[in-house]
Amino acid sequence: MSSHHESASDTHHAHSDGHGAGHGSFKGYMIGFVLSIILTAIPFWLVMGGVLDSKLFTAVLVMGIGVVQIVVHMVYFLHMNPRSEGGWTMMALIFTLIIVGIALAGSLWVMHHLNTNMMPMTHEMMKNMP
Amino acid sequence: MSATQVQNTDEKPQFYVTEEHHPENSTMLGFWLYLMSDCLIFAVLFATHGVLGRNYAAGPSPADLFDLNLVAINTAMLLLSSITYGFAMLQMERNAKMETLVWLGITGVFGAAFLGLELYEFYHLILEGAGPTRSAFLSSFFTLVGTHGLHVTFGMIWLITLMVQVKKHGLNPENRRRLMCLSMFWHFLDVIWIGVFSFVYLLGVLG
Repeated sequence: MSSHHESASDTHHAHSDGHGAGHGSFKGYMIGFVLSIILTAIPFWLVMGGVLDSKLFTAVLVMGIGVVQIVVHMVYFLHMNPRSEGGWTMMALIFTLIIVGIALAGSLWVMHHLNTNMMPMTHEMMKNMP
Repeated sequence: MSATQVQNTDEKPQFYVTEEHHPENSTMLGFWLYLMSDCLIFAVLFATHGVLGRNYAAGPSPADLFDLNLVAINTAMLLLSSITYGFAMLQMERNAKMETLVWLGITGVFGAAFLGLELYEFYHLILEGAGPTRSAFLSSFFTLVGTHGLHVTFGMIWLITLMVQVKKHGLNPENRRRLMCLSMFWHFLDVIWIGVFSFVYLLGVLG
């Protein structure tokens, strides 16, 4: 446990040599690569093979596996960790994720309601449409 | 006075920041912030596609248009280019100039293959009458995938420029810094592509 405290104070030294993010190793890249192949193959197989009967379940699985693969890329290829740049990259990432979540969920929510609450069109209005 | 005395004996009051300072060289952090802002551009385009992606205007749907085999090959190209860029970075760490250049070159070939396949797909879609003007779905599709393709194009220009730089000036600190930035950019584009193939292609074909 004590090594954790030491590493926190060491971060400054690790970063002052001009290299911001960590570099990773051959092993790290290969782990990320193999995981990515598996996580890419599964959703393609699910959709192209029509493996599952439920479309909704397939869609949820595809998006879920996509999120997992994004995390794998972040960790093994982009070398994200809570300590890089004194934690500021992680802060920026979390902030961005919140904004992305608001933008995505908000757009879909608002537009869905606009669609369903649209004033019903009469035959007359339909005729006079541009 | 005595209160201060008591405090001093209990524990030292500290009136300065004890955390570490910001790193002196913050290029990587700055570039990361740029990538996050780029991420917002893509988020808005994804949201647009989420809203408009089902409005076919009585035109073709994703199941009619998309060839998932082609998309799978495309995905493989981008994933392979990501791992070969990683190998280039490992060679850079070893100070091996020639090997770095070779791996960067292989990355460029995979990147070019990705762009070629994407242009082939776009060309065929437009030839079939499924261009960006056909329906709201196709407008948002071409905007989102086209923006990603444009990023890869600029990444390729950057990659070739850096290969010339490394060949001319070697792996000096400036070129190392630039290679690190391009590494983040390239892997970031692969992350965006995960969203594209999952959300646009696979969910689109699923219907």
